[in-house]
Order: sequence, then C-alpha cells, then structure tokens
Amino acid sequence: MNGAKRLRGRVWAFFAKRALDVELEAEFEAHLQIAIDDNVDHGMSPAEARRQALIDFGGVQQAREKQREARGLMQIDILAQDLKYTVRKLMRDPAFTAVALLILTLAIGANIAVFSVVNTIMLRPLPFPNAQELVWIAPPPAKCGLSCATYSTDAYDEFRVGSRSYQDVTGYFAFSQPGNLRLSVGNGIPVPATSIDVIQNFFQVLGVYPAMGRLFNADDARPGSAPVIVLTDAWWRRQFAADPNIIGKAFDINGRQTTVIGVLPRTFDFGAVFSPGAKIDALTPLSLYGEPRSWGNIITFIGRLNPGVTLAQARQEAAVVAPSMCHNNRNPQSCGSYKTPVPVPLKDYVSGRLQRSLVVLWCAVGMILLIACVNLSNLLLARAAARSKEFAMRLALGAGRGRLVRQLLTESMVLSAIGALFGLALAVILLTWLAHQGSIALPLLSQLSIDGATLAWTLLTATASAIVFGLVPGLRIASGNPQESLKDSSAGSGLGRKHERLRSILVVTEVALACVLLVGAGLLLRSFMHVLDVDLGFQPERAAAIKVDFEDNAQTPDARATKRIVAYQQILNRVSALPGVEAAGITDYLPLEQNRSWGIPFPKGVRRPEKLNAGPLVYVITPGYLRAMGTAIRGRDFTWDDGPRKEVVVMINQSYAHFLAEYAHWPNNDAIGQVLDGGGRDIRVVGVTNDVHEETVEGEAGWQIYYPAMQEGPIGAELVVRTTLPPGELASSVLGTLRELNPNQPAAEFKPIGMLVDHANSPRRFFMMLVGAFALLGLLLAALGIYGVISYSVTRRTQEIGIRMALGAHAGLIQRQVLSQSLWLVTIGIAVGAAGSVATAHLVSSLLYATSPWDAATYCAIAAALFAVALVSGYMPARRASNINPLVALRAE
Amino acid sequence: MSDSRLDLLQGTLDLMVLQTLLAMGSLHGYGIARRIEQVSGNQVLLNQGTIYASLVRLEQRGWIRSKWGISENNRKAKFYSITNTGKRQLAEDSRYWQRLTSVMERMFAMGPTADEEPGEL
Repeated sequence: MNGAKRLRGRVWAFFAKRALDVELEAEFEAHLQIAIDDNVDHGMSPAEARRQALIDFGGVQQAREKQREARGLMQIDILAQDLKYTVRKLMRDPAFTAVALLILTLAIGANIAVFSVVNTIMLRPLPFPNAQELVWIAPPPAKCGLSCATYSTDAYDEFRVGSRSYQDVTGYFAFSQPGNLRLSVGNGIPVPATSIDVIQNFFQVLGVYPAMGRLFNADDARPGSAPVIVLTDAWWRRQFAADPNIIGKAFDINGRQTTVIGVLPRTFDFGAVFSPGAKIDALTPLSLYGEPRSWGNIITFIGRLNPGVTLAQARQEAAVVAPSMCHNNRNPQSCGSYKTPVPVPLKDYVSGRLQRSLVVLWCAVGMILLIACVNLSNLLLARAAARSKEFAMRLALGAGRGRLVRQLLTESMVLSAIGALFGLALAVILLTWLAHQGSIALPLLSQLSIDGATLAWTLLTATASAIVFGLVPGLRIASGNPQESLKDSSAGSGLGRKHERLRSILVVTEVALACVLLVGAGLLLRSFMHVLDVDLGFQPERAAAIKVDFEDNAQTPDARATKRIVAYQQILNRVSALPGVEAAGITDYLPLEQNRSWGIPFPKGVRRPEKLNAGPLVYVITPGYLRAMGTAIRGRDFTWDDGPRKEVVVMINQSYAHFLAEYAHWPNNDAIGQVLDGGGRDIRVVGVTNDVHEETVEGEAGWQIYYPAMQEGPIGAELVVRTTLPPGELASSVLGTLRELNPNQPAAEFKPIGMLVDHANSPRRFFMMLVGAFALLGLLLAALGIYGVISYSVTRRTQEIGIRMALGAHAGLIQRQVLSQSLWLVTIGIAVGAAGSVATAHLVSSLLYATSPWDAATYCAIAAALFAVALVSGYMPARRASNINPLVALRAE
Repeated sequence: MSDSRLDLLQGTLDLMVLQTLLAMGSLHGYGIARRIEQVSGNQVLLNQGTIYASLVRLEQRGWIRSKWGISENNRKAKFYSITNTGKRQLAEDSRYWQRLTSVMERMFAMGPTADEEPGEL
C-alpha cells in the first residue's frame, strides 16, 4: 500500500514538475531567509549571515536534484530529455533521417508482412475451433490422380460407422467443377458460380456456425428432397447485395428452384483451406444415397478426432477398418480393395508442403532486416564520427558513458519506432493486396490480417533492430578517449581510422549477407525458368477455354449421347467458323485442373500383374480437342464417325503406351491398333499422344487415356479454342455464339490455358518474386553501404589525396586506388557470402527444380552483379577524389 | 573539522526528521535541520539542503504532512508535521534502532577495544 502511494506521488510529481519546482524554490528561499534572520539574531552582519546560511545549506543545485530524484521519476525525466534531444537532432539532419527511415520502413514492413503470411499459413491453427483435432484422411499417394485420393459413398459409410477414434467423419465431393452452378435471375444472362457438395455433417465436424439461417441437416441430403443452398459471405454480398432477408428465398439454380437456407460467416472460406486459389461461392448438400452412390471414388474424408485419441491410434484403427470398406456394397468383390486410409493433421494437409518455402522466405526477410541494421549501424557510425567531438565534450564535462550510450540507443529506438509505424502501414497495404490475390494458389491467404501476434512481432523486430544497429556505434563512442577526440582536429587521425575499419567490416558483412540472399534468389529464379521451360505436352499460348452448358437430358445413355453429339457438333462447327479460330474441341477435364481415373485397361489376353496402384487419368474429348490444346498425336485423332454403336476407340499417352507395349511385348513396341480389355469390352488404341503434365507442372507426367465423347459420358464440357488472335479478343464472339445456340449458357469466364499454368506455378512464382525482391533490396542496401564507406574514406583523405596530386599523381591513379578499395571490400564480402551460401544450400535445395544448389552459373552471375555494383557505388567517390583540387585540399583547415 | 563530524548512515536522516517532528510538533525545513544539528551537538555532517529530499520522500509515504504557514519572525514557510502512520513507523523504526545499538554495544563490550579513531564508524 505504502509502495503504491509512493508511486502515485512520484507519478504525480513527474507530471506536476513545474509547480513542484516553483514550490521547492520558494521553500529554499524561505529556508535561507529564516537562516539569515537567525544568524543576524546571533549577531552576524547581514553579509556574513547570508554567507553562513549558504554554507550551511550546501550546494543548492545538488539539493534541488536530490529532491527531484526523491520525489519523481528520474528515469523518465532522462528519457524525455533524450527524446527531445533526439527529435531535434533528427530534424536537423533530414537527409539522414529520411534515408534511415526509408531503410527501416522497407525492412520492418517486409518483416511484418512475411511474419503475417508465415503466421497465417504455418504457425496459427486453422480457423476452426479445436482445429488440432481435425484430420485429413486419404489413401497413401498413388499415381492416378484424384480418383485414387478419394472414397466411394459406401466406403465413407463403412469408415464412419466402423471407426471409434472420431467424434465424426465428414467429407466433400472432390469433383465439383468451377462454374457448376448456373444462377438465372429474371431474363438476364445466367450467372456462373461454383459450389461444393458437402456431406450434411460437414459444418458440424468443422465447427462452423451460420451467420444467418441454418446449415445442412440430414433431411437436406435425402435423395429427392427439395434443393437447398448455403451461400458464402462473399457471394451473398456480391451477388445478392447482402440481402438481410435472403433466408427462405428461392432462386433458379441449374433450372431448379433452390432455397437459400443459410449464409456462412465471413471467416469461413472453403477455397482458402481446401482448394487454394479457387473461389467457392456456395455449398450444397451431397446426397450420399442417391445418384452419387454409383459414381465411384468421389469423397475426400475429414475427421474430428475424439479428445485424447492420438494419430497413431487413429492409424491403427484405420488398418482394422480398411478391409471391410467396399468400393460398392453391391459388389462383394470390391470389398477390401482400399489401402489403409492415412489420417494426417488437416493443417499438414493444407500447408505442410509450404513449410520449407515459408521458412526460406522468413530467413530471407530476416536477412533483409539484418542488412538494414548493418547499414544503419554504418550510417550512425558515420554520424557518430561527425559528432565525436560533441560526445568527447560531454564526457569531459562529466557525463557518464552509460548516459551517452543511452542517448544513442534512444536515437536508434526513436528511428526504429517511427520506422516500425511506417513499416506497419506498408505491411497493411501489402497484406490487403495479398489477401485479394485470389489467383495465388496458397492456402489461407484470404485470412491475412494484422493480428495481435503480428503486432507483438512488430514490437520485437523494432526493439531488436534498434538494439542491434544502435549498440555498435554506441559502444564505439563510449569507448573512445575524449582527450584524443578533442585533440583530433584533422579528419585523418586515430578515431577516424578506427571508425573506418569498423565500417569496412560492417560493409563486408552487408555484402556477404546480400550475396547469400542473391544466390538464393538466383537459384529460385533459375528453377522458375526451368519450370517455365518444361514441355507440358500442350501449348498454352494462344489457347483458351470456356465452360460450356449443354442439354443432354434423356432417358437412355444412348439418347443422351445422341443429343450431346448434336450439341457438340453444332458448337464446334459454329465456333470453328469464327474468324481467328484455328482449332476447337471439347473436353470434360482440363490439364492441371481436376482429373479422375477408371481403373487400368490392360492388353487383351495378357494376365494383369498383381500389384498396380496407378491408373491412367481419363479425359472424355471430342475430335479436334488435342489439336486445339497443341498436343501431338501419332496415329489418328477421333472422328465424329467413332459413334455410340461403333468400335470403342481410345487414345493413350506415350508413357502408358510404352508401359503396355513393354509388358505385352507388342511388335515394334507399338500400341497403335492394339486392343485393350476395358472392363469386359474391347477398346482399340487408335492414337498415341504426347505426355501431358496433367497434375503438376513440375512433376513427371503420368498415364492418360482419352475416350471420345461420342462413346463415353463426359462430366461437363470445356470448350478449348486455339486462335491466331490474342484469346481476349475472341471472348465475346465465342460467348455470343454459345448463347445463340443455348440461351442458358452462363456468362462463363474465357480463361487462357496459360492461366492454368500460371495458377499451377503461382506458389513458386510467389516465393521467387518475394525472395527476389528482398535480394534486390539487399543489393541496394549493400551498394549504399559501399558508397557510404568509400565516400567517407575519400573525405577523410582529402588532404592526403591533395598532397599526392600536388606531387604528381594523376587523376586516373587516384580513381583506380579508390575503386580498388571498393572492389576489395566486395571481394571479401563475396568470398564470405559464397561460403555462407554453400553452407546454407541444403535449406533451399528442396525448393529447387532442375537446378543444383551449387549452380556455378548462378554463383558467377551473382559475383559479377556484386562487382558491378561495387564499381558503380565506388565510382562516384572515386570521381570526386580525382577531382580534388590540391590547392583547395591543402588550404582546407 | 569535518573529519570529526559524523557521516549519516543510509536512512538515518529520515528517522531523525521523524523524531524531531514528533518531539517538536510542526516545523519548517530550516527548523528541522537546525534542531538536528543542535541535538547532535553539531556532530552530524548535514548540508541543510539535503533535508528536502528526505522531506519529500517522507511526505510521499504519508508519514508527514506539510502546510504553508508563517514563521515566528513573519516569514512564509512550509511547515511539516508527523502523521499517525508516521508515528507508528517511527515507533517501529526506533525499536529496531534500539535493538541494533544494544547488540552493537554488546559486541564492542566483548573484548579489547581498537580505540584509536573514535570518530570512525
């Protein structure tokens, strides 16, 4: 209580300083007067009385300070003084202040932004309650795309009922296609939208509650129940103008009156978690016991573990449940065909692959901060050198060294605090921009924001950097000998030289750090170039795709096929006739988007091997599609004559053909003309196509098989057009044609095929661009550092240079000497940096594609770049040195 | 002369001030300082100005209170007086001092005295 009272008194005293000082002076005055009166009473002369009173009183100033110290918050007083002094000092040197703040803003801003990204994607739990309980359950990886990563509805039922490890298991339909909804409002053009079919307990398992209305229940998912839909916050705002009374309203979606039952909260973003880079507008219930039951593997599993159940236990249990899971309960032979499902933390599934990239990014941005600190240290040292006399004077007048260090640290704290504020603003801009980059296939980007953790990180970075860049100059100054500095009138002696050595070390450090960064960025850039050079098996340039709506409602598959063929032929005939169209075709799946597989057609009459976990990815296409994509065919393309009742024909890709030919010992290893066993019917291979990178740009191409759309049922249709014009110019004429043929055709996006590739490459590009930007920033800072040191050394040696020129040294020689000093710094820096890069190569090696972490070309290019920078930043001081007029130089001082 | 004066131990000045105020009632800074000098027989080395640090400390702790008033020779001065908490504190502190001094006395009574520089503590 006592302490608190005292503190209160002190704080009050701190703020009421002036009044208290006045009062204290009055008290002192009274004290002296009374003392003088007293002394006079004792018979002293007034002058003597006053003298004696003052002696008895002791040092007035001392008493004043002591009283202030006792009553108030001395430390804060000092701080306030230092702050005032610092601000004055910084205002007086606006160029220095601006440069320092710019450097700090960039470095701290970049750090905040990257921290926020790392925190959102990697450190923070997923945006669900008790997210650590959530697991992603999938078969072990196999080379047959999405169909081998999903389960059938019967398998889902069995797994859900058979497992005790989970509070509940849910899932969603993995094959929902972008633009699968067609919303018709009035008589306008139907609006395309994307929804995901989820199992009705999806939201319960994730722990998501509606912002309005309700989410799905078991009734919504029954076959034949009235169609309902749940809107995402974004779509509700964009499409329905945030209508507060939307619940219960029905809209024409895909031709059926569909009731809106709920709106999801803003925080739930399906795409951000489960399919980065995709925009999901709505969610619809998946009918487990209706039609989807015969669609095979379609569901991805998500489970919520019971509290206390470990992953290992869940895995063990999955091994027990797996044998009773059937692909289709009506077909007992299909039971036990599933490999043991492997539960992994949902978080690992979402962002596990990115961990290494994020760590590298974090390191890179940390290095930028370090470089910035070294640079500022250097700037402050230069300033401190200029102020060394001021400090020496203060030391001589009795200031403690600690007090001087404190003053310097206050300066760096102030700089860094202002830098952090600007940096925060910069980070907000960066993050807002990033959060709206829907096309970058990184998870959770839309959740980016400045949160408490980010603010704490800002504080930490700002403080740490202030200490790092303020301490070296501070200690340097404090350890100086005041006498020496006071005597040190010419710029060419003692302390100056020591400063220069220290500054050179700092610059070498900077160059070394920049070198490591540049090498990293260079390697990533080279990898990216290699990725762009990959032969994808199709030509993305000048090709574009648009989702096509068509009618094939009919009773029998044959009737449907007939209707479909007519529609397709009409579309292709009309579109091919448009000016600028070179080729056109329709597929159901595009490469690098979704895929599926239907088991492995094997050479007829050849025994199948026991174990095969790969199946070719299936594409159902029309004649002309492969030509439109730019995929080469050996043999023949499909023709419209390959009709429903004709011989079943397929095309397969080289890898698959090669495998089959080897296995079945086909003559000439040639697959063309061979017959495969396609599940009880014969299918003839009529063409062999180039390998297409269907799943990833970087991975190996797998197996593919193409069926004609006349003989197999496609899922949806993507019209691909190859043009001689830029695809954008064709968009309206293609869409117009489609709408003439089918008024229900939604205003779907006309997306260049190159965009698919870009989308697939976007995480790599994202990291490469960021690390590259940081590396360039590092290079710039290093250049600034070199310039600063060389320039300072030229200034310091003005007289020396003057004398030498007076003695006959010519300008060229002086220039060369200054430049060589700069090159020398960079050479050491590069040597250290290269060693550092080699030592840290393992960190980036897993991020590289077809590039060695010791890639000599990159190292050489970086070294050359750094030398060039050294020349440029050394050139200006060198010129200045060679332009020194000996007369002026010698007369100076 | 200063050699023979006593340096004050940490905290003793505060105690002296409290005791003075207890004995004398309300006093101004000069009065307190003079009184301490007189009572100590001028043995205490006291710069009178330092008393003000002690006074502000004691006041912030709530052990004394102050009021501006008029001195006997008609000067405006700040008068200090001890509070009840101050009295309790003083009682506690003086007990402690007495125990300490009695212990010290017994220590010194123990054996042959160094007895060279009686002024040194």
